[in-house]
Amino acid sequence: MIAARFKLAYAGFALDVDLQIPARGITALFGPSGSGKTTLLRCIAGLERTTNGLLRIHDEVWQDGAKFLPVHRRSLGYVFQEASLFPHLSVRRNLEYGMRRIPPAQRKVQPEQVVDLMGLGKLIERDPAHLSGGERQRVAIGRALLTSPRLLLMDEPLSALDVASRQEILPYLERLHGELEIPVIHVSHALDEVARLADNVVMLERGRVIASGAPNEILTRLDLPTAHLDNAGAVIETAVATHDEAYHLTRLDFSGGCLWVSKVEHDVGSVVRARVLARDVSIATAVPQGSSITNILAARITGIQEEGQDRVNLRLAVGGEHMLLSRITRRSRDQLGLAVGMEIFAQVKSVALLA
Amino acid sequence: MESAFSTADLSAIWLTFKLAAVVTIILLLVGTPIAWWLARTRSWWKGPVSAAVALPIVLPPTVIGFYLLVAMGPSGPLGHLTQFFGMGLLPFTFSGLVVASVFYSLPFVVQPLQNAFEAIPERALETAATLRASALDTFFSVVLPLAKPGFLTASVLGFAHTVGEFGVVLMIGGNIPNQTRVVSVQIYDHVEAMEYAQAHWLSAGMLLFAFLLLLPLYTFGSKGRRK
Repeated sequence: MIAARFKLAYAGFALDVDLQIPARGITALFGPSGSGKTTLLRCIAGLERTTNGLLRIHDEVWQDGAKFLPVHRRSLGYVFQEASLFPHLSVRRNLEYGMRRIPPAQRKVQPEQVVDLMGLGKLIERDPAHLSGGERQRVAIGRALLTSPRLLLMDEPLSALDVASRQEILPYLERLHGELEIPVIHVSHALDEVARLADNVVMLERGRVIASGAPNEILTRLDLPTAHLDNAGAVIETAVATHDEAYHLTRLDFSGGCLWVSKVEHDVGSVVRARVLARDVSIATAVPQGSSITNILAARITGIQEEGQDRVNLRLAVGGEHMLLSRITRRSRDQLGLAVGMEIFAQVKSVALLA
Repeated sequence: MESAFSTADLSAIWLTFKLAAVVTIILLLVGTPIAWWLARTRSWWKGPVSAAVALPIVLPPTVIGFYLLVAMGPSGPLGHLTQFFGMGLLPFTFSGLVVASVFYSLPFVVQPLQNAFEAIPERALETAATLRASALDTFFSVVLPLAKPGFLTASVLGFAHTVGEFGVVLMIGGNIPNQTRVVSVQIYDHVEAMEYAQAHWLSAGMLLFAFLLLLPLYTFGSKGRRK
């Protein structure tokens, strides 16, 4: 567990956070700009100094009362918004910068491993000035990894990149997640990024934590701002069950049922994350007959909230533990007489695979 | 013409270079922390300290020379200090000249360094810290290489300005051969003695030397700025 408690006040902004984060996987710090995400991350790194803060990583205390471990003595990696490579050093020397400053016995992450993981083979002798934005950010992430940190902090590492570079770098972040057991705290204001990467979501608003938990739980909560976003939707971890070669489809199973999607490359049994947007889920009160929609899940309505003047958001429980979001018109709700507690069928028009 | 420079001239030239070299080294050591502090501090003291450092640019050398003379004299604070340590008194010695020149050329070293340090983003220092570099380590591995052009400019200007000083030397050093008689004073002596040919040789030498010293600075400096 990572325990963090900080209080900080500037003119017009106050951070007041008391947080427990699991020390594994990717935790997304999510919230609108100005919500204090970056400040919180900087507090954790020790780049921002608060009095009377607390920070504990497992059994290691980095800050507690008067005790304050300086940044350079914390076993952390930090990836800034813009890549901040040292311009006077080659890519290789940049990568080695942090690694050379930790004792050889602590070097668990090997240079070859990072070069391979981040796809840096062709860049290694280059000058940072001759790299694209995405390449620079990959080097910066690799450089941070090579200090074999106990915690990797990422401050919107994709936000300064264009869409193409962002798409280029996301797979590397996923591999990082899969192959190294370094817990990551990832600041983001992009819901798509959070849906794709996060194992755990901490939502911030005006310097306070308003929710924290698993993505499926948090992203489907009707009382949080995320439910109102245009791309609001649920994230579901599924397992590849079978491939239908004839129709070029794949069946994904989870405890709430199954979803058919266009055939994926993954082997049977591998875990993939599926994203179901609220606007792609419609409701039927009986098993629909003669519908082209193949993905129909039995569900129960656990919450209803109006969205604007014409629509409502529904929160649906499918199976024991999974939640979906559905956005339908207010008129449909009234015509079908939908109410909390009703058993209905959710028709899923489209599923996006995230990994 | 048998020899352009007399023995006394050569001695003055050698003394001038020795003085400028010693002063430049001391200035880099003293000026670097001052420039670093000025570049990074948010303290109220920044303004007054900057102004104090810049004083030699505008004050007549005689004013600085006069106060240094008083300070280094038998009843001045510096004089007390040097006497306490058994070093005697500084005025009219080479050491006294070094101390005075350090004050006199300080802004020419501090200001280019300060500009170079200010151009280094805070982010670079933070990045180094997150990569396990202590403050001192960061200074040598990040700040120094990034500020290298600033150090070159500071060294050249500090050296050149010390070579070119006259008023302070006259006030503090007097005119003692092999000890305090630098080229600028020697030229003055030649002119006083109506030895115009000798004065010409030394003056032209100074002119050429100063030009050659500054030429690369402005050539490469302006290239860097155009980038």
